Amino acid sequence: MFNLAFWIPVFPLLAFALIVFFLNRNNRLSALTAVAGIALAGVVAYGVLFESIGRGAELAQHPFEGTLLGFLMIPTGNELFTVGWMIDPLAAVTLFMVTTVCLMIFIYSIGYMQHSHTDEHGHVHTTDDPRYARFFAYISLFAFGMLGLVISSNLLELFLFWEIMGLCSYLLIGFWSTRLPNEHHIDDAQVVRATYASLKAFLTTRVGDVVFFVGLIFLYIQTGSLNFTTVFTPETLHHLATVAAFPGVPWVTVIALLFLGGTIGKSAQFPLHIWLPDAMEGPTPVSALIHAATMVAAGVFLVARTFPIFITAGETGGPAMTAVALIGAFTALFASTIGLAQDDIKRVLAYSTISQLGYMVAALGVGAYLAGAFHLITHAFFKSLLFLSAGSVIHGVGTNDMMQMGGLRKKMPITTTVFIIGALALAGVPPFAGFWSKDEILAHAFELGTHGNAIAMAVYLMLAVGAFFTAFYMTRQVFLTFFGEGRDHHAVEHAHESPRVMWMPLAVLAFFATFIGLANAPGIEFMQKFVGAGGVLGIKEPLEATAFNPTIAGSSVVIALAGIALGFLIYGWKPLVSGQRDRLAVLGPIWALLRNKYYLDELYGVVIAQKEGPAGKTGTADSVRVQGGLLILFVGWFARLCAAFDKAIVDGLVNFVGWLGRVIGVISAWIDHTIVDGVVNAIGIFTDMVGDGLKLLQTGRVQNYLLIAVAGVAIFAFFFMIR
Amino acid sequence: MMIPLQFYLIVAAVLFCLGLFGALARRNAVGILIGIELMLNAVNINLVAFWRYIKPSAPAFDLAGQVFALFVVTLAAAEAAIGLALIIAIYRSRDTVNVEDVDLMKW
Repeated sequence: MFNLAFWIPVFPLLAFALIVFFLNRNNRLSALTAVAGIALAGVVAYGVLFESIGRGAELAQHPFEGTLLGFLMIPTGNELFTVGWMIDPLAAVTLFMVTTVCLMIFIYSIGYMQHSHTDEHGHVHTTDDPRYARFFAYISLFAFGMLGLVISSNLLELFLFWEIMGLCSYLLIGFWSTRLPNEHHIDDAQVVRATYASLKAFLTTRVGDVVFFVGLIFLYIQTGSLNFTTVFTPETLHHLATVAAFPGVPWVTVIALLFLGGTIGKSAQFPLHIWLPDAMEGPTPVSALIHAATMVAAGVFLVARTFPIFITAGETGGPAMTAVALIGAFTALFASTIGLAQDDIKRVLAYSTISQLGYMVAALGVGAYLAGAFHLITHAFFKSLLFLSAGSVIHGVGTNDMMQMGGLRKKMPITTTVFIIGALALAGVPPFAGFWSKDEILAHAFELGTHGNAIAMAVYLMLAVGAFFTAFYMTRQVFLTFFGEGRDHHAVEHAHESPRVMWMPLAVLAFFATFIGLANAPGIEFMQKFVGAGGVLGIKEPLEATAFNPTIAGSSVVIALAGIALGFLIYGWKPLVSGQRDRLAVLGPIWALLRNKYYLDELYGVVIAQKEGPAGKTGTADSVRVQGGLLILFVGWFARLCAAFDKAIVDGLVNFVGWLGRVIGVISAWIDHTIVDGVVNAIGIFTDMVGDGLKLLQTGRVQNYLLIAVAGVAIFAFFFMIR
Repeated sequence: MMIPLQFYLIVAAVLFCLGLFGALARRNAVGILIGIELMLNAVNINLVAFWRYIKPSAPAFDLAGQVFALFVVTLAAAEAAIGLALIIAIYRSRDTVNVEDVDLMKW
């Protein structure tokens, strides 16, 4: 099965190609092709998972490596980058997660990308989105990127897939960035927002990507290879840990921090998290697929994949691991507080995603490799479940604003049930998935903290407080959306349960969200035996999960229940009615601060760039103008200064050199013409003159010649005689 | 009593000078040819005289000097034949045997 693993990304790629080149006029067939592509990938991925389990934990130290020999090679100065694949336990479980979640989302999209509207006679019409086929092509391409990234056997290949996903993200966030004539479900402002959001996502993640790429270059310079199995050996890691990039700073720290930059961009960690909430402008399956379950997980996956580097960096005592832990923990807390005050059903989930990614990053930062990877898996299931349920709500109600919802549990019972399951999983209530993985992270941080590691303790406290807020905002969301009475009658009136093609995937995801956490529950400990026991490449020590700690588990449950209870008291006891303000608004300035996301967008707007002016009339991409902020102005001013310097000094120097060359050339030409040519000509003229003179000897008279000959003989005779 | 070698050499030198003068000074091409013949014959006299002088009691089969002279006579005959042929050819084309008028090879 391992030999076939390269088919896992290839199937979605084939689906993409088929849809783009042949099937794009047929919506049904396009959707089926996409689903078939990811399903086949899933079959192979499950096979790979089972075979991996069969091989056991030693696969971590001796991963399977396959290469597409003979083609698909990238020549560099002194070696070939081979496009290949590598299967280790981490890749196997991630493949399982990605294919499962992708398959569910693909199936769900079949229904979601149809829009129903009611005509004047009360008949409900269902029409496909005008870009229905294109949507499935894009998400297939995306699945190709993610699956390829997971099985990459070297960092360059990983980076290529990383960028493919960046592109897909841009395409899908801006999916509704132009409005076709017959589209009723998009308004002009939405078109502008989508365009702007796609640009913002692309450019913001680009910052991280560049940093990551610089890290790649340094790693390549230092080790001469980017293959995981070549780089992650004890010798190479030791080399990286001992050779200093700057006095006192080994290369491994520099590279780890640069890789962390890539993760900050891709996984939306503070301060580059700003793109992810805006990315909710894309269709909801995209939010679930890319911006919750998989693509943003790629950043976390990168840290997990290059964990040997981070461990080594941590062992040298540099700031790399501390930075990872603190950024993750801070993001977890920071984003969860913003989530308290959002009204858009998807934005709450977006901030919750940022926050949960923060948990994973923090977990890796405190060395809880296993817990981080485990949370990556569980989070993907329950967050895609939450997003898709939210999409189901949006599909039924036609708005994202929770303040217009309420009372939907009667109209949408299935959606309500699965959403609550997702919310409980996210809040960390046992036995749902989120509890087990989040608890492992907290337990690990606490364990380290009690052994005198102040940073780990700080991380634990931030994560625990974040968990409380998480429970609170999920409760708020559940009560605002599904309980009480509808606050906007027009929206809630027409709400309807989603079709079966949409709720079936939700049911499957709900199953996983409920039970997947048991994979590492005490007594089963599958993740521990399979992923953790073998350690990571090049570092043989097994990564023991911290033993199940009843105290921490109990306190986590108490924290979660406290958050839920507070949420119930504020929003559930007496549900908000139409026109009523959010009850948290009594917090005044704090509320305003949270609601405006700590004004970070505005800060970025002033410092870097912001949307300019009102949305254009036509609602096309052309009407989006971006106004540079202070930093851009400064950069522009600096650039003009540089240009002036360039023009005056550098160009002047160049011109002077040119002028000097010209003068020397003129002098040299004069010498050449006069002296060199003169000598040559003089020789010619002299020869000519001599010839003119001597030719007179040639009289043509035979007796003259004879006379000369006789005279010559006479002269010779004379000389012979006098000798 | 033998006639001393010097006498032969003087006669030959006089004959040679006469021939040389004829060859250099005559305008008639035929005259020049005759001058050349005189010079050749002067050489012949020398050859035979030196032969006799160097080997006074040569055996009857050792006739090298005389044979040499005979070769020169043959050569002179061939030379006269070619020379006269040339002169006739020139005369036919240019109606003259005056060498001063035949300077086509001039610069």
